[in-house]
Formats: sequence, structure tokens, C-alpha cells
Amino acid sequence: MISVNKLCVKVGDFELKDISFEVPEGHYAVLMGKTGSGKTTILETICGLKKVLSGTIHLHGKLATHAKPAEREIGYVPQEGVLFHTMTVRDNLSFALELRKWSQQKIDERVEELATLLGITGLLNRTPHGLSGGETQRISLGRALAAKPAILCLDEPLSALDEDTRGEMCTLLSDVQRLTGVTTLHITHNISESDRLGDMKFLIEGGVLKSLPSKVREKRSDLTGKVSPETGSPSDSSTQVKVD
Amino acid sequence: MTEQKTEEHSSALKSRSDLPFYAIFIAISTIYVLLIVAMLSAETTYTTPDHIWAAFAKPEIRYAIWLSLVSCAITTVLSLWVSVPIGYLMSRHDFRGKVLVDAILDIPIVLPPLVIGLCLLILFQVDVPQIEWLNEMVASDSEANSSQEFAMKKTQSIDDLIRKVTKLIFGKAIGVTYEIPSVILAQFMVACAFAVRTMRVTFDQIGPRYEQVALTLGCNRGQAFWRVVFPQAYRGLLAAGTLAWARALGEFGPILIFSGATRMKTEVLPTTVFLELTVGNIEGAVAASLIMVVSALFVLVIARMFGLTRAVI
Repeated sequence: MISVNKLCVKVGDFELKDISFEVPEGHYAVLMGKTGSGKTTILETICGLKKVLSGTIHLHGKLATHAKPAEREIGYVPQEGVLFHTMTVRDNLSFALELRKWSQQKIDERVEELATLLGITGLLNRTPHGLSGGETQRISLGRALAAKPAILCLDEPLSALDEDTRGEMCTLLSDVQRLTGVTTLHITHNISESDRLGDMKFLIEGGVLKSLPSKVREKRSDLTGKVSPETGSPSDSSTQVKVD
Repeated sequence: MTEQKTEEHSSALKSRSDLPFYAIFIAISTIYVLLIVAMLSAETTYTTPDHIWAAFAKPEIRYAIWLSLVSCAITTVLSLWVSVPIGYLMSRHDFRGKVLVDAILDIPIVLPPLVIGLCLLILFQVDVPQIEWLNEMVASDSEANSSQEFAMKKTQSIDDLIRKVTKLIFGKAIGVTYEIPSVILAQFMVACAFAVRTMRVTFDQIGPRYEQVALTLGCNRGQAFWRVVFPQAYRGLLAAGTLAWARALGEFGPILIFSGATRMKTEVLPTTVFLELTVGNIEGAVAASLIMVVSALFVLVIARMFGLTRAVI
């Protein structure tokens, strides 16, 4: 679960005030907004990469406002993939596991599992040079998921991909989220992408974050027979937080 | 009408030839390139190989080659050790007084080399108070007359202090001024400034995103740097190392002031060129400078082989 309450962040001259929203466990939230609206800043703040001026961030019910990025257990997929070029694809995938001192056998098993899930088995022993945009994002996603984080943060992961690859990646992201149950926050400015993936939708506009109705979510709720939980922070009047 | 107008426009455009533009640019470029080639050819053909081999046989010149190679190697390693942390901090962090620090880091690049040598010379002659316990420890190790020498003065220069400390640690007094360490320090002060600039550009080009990803994957700052950023900076490291080495090899002004030009002691290749010229031995000067020319070309080839960008070198 991601719970952000009255968050204030300042990056240079840019400032975001009183941002509140909540993504319950296992949901796929999409945060939309124009370029420069501050959506990446919000995502990076949740990941612990930007300093919080005021407000709180709770991750899995624990206060994590000022926790170090490593302590947050968040899988982060940046816009351009940002693979480590001096390592092979296999080393990229096993990076987080080596830091956690997993045994070599367990690392190998996990890497194989991820490679099969993401369809990158044939790429494991090569370096990231010359990989296509889609392959790069698959590996970046695998690297983020390797240590089995409870939260996945995606920063416009599909923006640099062509239409066909984008479609494939949407299906993959949807499948991965369904299989792993990871709580996901996905940033995009693409409406079709958000319609296809998000079971919760947020829009940031003019420094105000509001939630939007989501068709996918209604559909999923119908299928599972579950009622979607209401989210948000009632204390914040400037922010619409209830999801239809 | 419209067609006629179009034809008029197209003929007007055709009349403007690119030839004068390229003729001027190519002429200027050619003159400069030819000047470089002519300069090097003149030097290489000035003397006969016999004269050059004779110059190489001189023990002074052999010593200068040895000292140049050793001091440049040490300077390069020191420059890399210093330039990596400074380059990283300056690239990644904003702090109060950063503009001032940035300006200070550029001082060795803009300051006349002779002035750097003079500043170093004065710095090591600055008086500091005598340290009694250090004097006593050194005195107990050495003869009686040197202990009297220490007792006579109330103050000592930084150079004297270093001599005492090294005497205590290594059993032999090693000074800086007019000694081999001064050669390395004079080279280091200039070469390191260039290495710092190169490393900063390198880290700027790598960008902070890589370490941010590493931090979210579980790294602390140190792990993110050593595991992810540093390996990616290898081209910049090579560039900074080559640049520092080349600058150190050609350093003359600060060495002349700070280290002197003592044969078989603080003589490096540029000093040899200077000393040989002053005694009228042009063959010797040419032989020494040829070694530097060949080294510079060698460094240039290595740098290009590793694909280092022209902007960096």
C-alpha cells in the first residue's frame, strides 16, 4: 500500500504542495499529467530520491517519509530503462539479490524465473548495448522486480516505444502485476495506456492531484465480485480522493 | 507568372556558391595543420640519429628520462585519486560556496606556471612553531650537533618540519623543496586541476539516474558509486589519467622555481631541454624534446584507441 498525505516537495524553483492519495495493496494505479506537472517528482519522492519538506509517506502501513531508498523495498523503473552498461543482463537482474546476499543457487533460480516471465532468456549473457527499447524496459522491469518488492514504481516506461511494442509491454505489465500482486504506481501521459492498465487513475493538474474514474477497475471489480475500497485522505479538501 | 517567379528564385539561390566559404575555412585549417607538421618535421630532421643516440648515452639525460617517467606516473595516480572524489562531489551536489570552490579548482589552470612554482616555494618556507617533543625525539635519534641546531631557532619552515617527521618515520630526512618530492608536487598541482575538470565532465555525462536506480535496489551511496557509477566512468578515468600524465610530462615552470634545475637530482626532460640549450648543446635539447614528442604522440594514439572524445582530451 502507498499512502501519501499532505506531501510538500521542492525541487529548485518547482514546488508541489498538499499532495494526498492512496493506492491500496495489490492495485495498479496510474498517475497522469502533462510534462512538468510534477508526476515524476511525486514518484521519485515515494522512492526516496527527493527530500520531503512536509507531509507523510506510508508504505505497507509503515511511516517511510524520510527512509532511505534502500529501506523502502520499492522496485523502480525509470523512463529510459537505465540499465547498468558495464554489466551483463544477468548481472543487472541479479544486482539487488547480490546486495541482499542471496546464495548463488537462489540468484540463478530467480534470474531464470524472471527471464522466463519477461521473455528475455536469450538476452541473459549479453551486455545492454544494442538492445531495443522494448528489451531494455523488460530487463529494467526484471531488475526492479528481482528482490520481490511489494511496490513497483514505473516512470513513463513505455513512452519511448513504438505502438506495437507498447501494446506488448502493456500486456506484459498487466500480466506481471496480476501474477505478482505487486502494488503498482505507473506514470504516463498516454490515455490509452492508462485506460488499459490502471485500475485506479489519478491526474495531477496545476499542482492539484485528483482521482479519476477508471473503467478497468470497475470491470475488475465486477469480475472478482469485490467492491473496490475507497481511498484517499478526507482531511485534504483540495484533493479529490474517492475512486468511483 | 508563378512559374517564372519560382525560376527566378531558384536561379538566385544557385548563384550563391559555397566555394568561398569552404575555401577560406580550408585555407585557415590547412595553414595551422601544416604549421604543426612542419614544426615537428623540423625538429625530427634537425639532427642525425647518431647525435641523438649520443645524447641518450649521457647519464644526465638517462636520469632525466627516468625521473620524468617515475614522477609522471606518481602524479597521474595521485591526480586520479584526488580528481575522482572532487569531480563526483562537484557534479552531484549543490552546496553553499560551490561557485567559490569551483573557481578555486580552476586556479591552477589559469595561473601562470611560474607563479605556481613561486607560491609552492613560499608555502614550504612558511614558519611554523617548533614542536618540542618532535625535536627531542629527532635529537635522540641523531647526533648532538643537529639537536643544537634545532634548539637554536624558535620557528621552523614547513619543509624543516617535514624533514623531521620523515626522519622519525623513515630514519632519513626527506625534504620537499629542491628535492624529488617537489617535482611531483609541482606536476601534481597543475595536472590534477585538469584531471578534476575531466572527471567532473565525466560524472556530469553519466548523470545521477544510474545511482538513483542502484539506491532503490538496495545500495547505499558508497555501493552505488563503486558498483555502478565508477565502472561506467572508465573512459573518463583513462582520459583524466592520460591528460594528467601529458601535463605532468611537459611541466617546466613550477619545477624550475620549486625544485631547481640540479643535474642528477631534480632534472626532468623539460629541464634537460632548458639546460642543454643554455650550454649550447642543441642536439641534447632536441634528443630530450624528441622523447617528449614521441610520448605525446603515443598518449594521443592510446587516447584515440580507447575512443576518448576530442572534447575531453
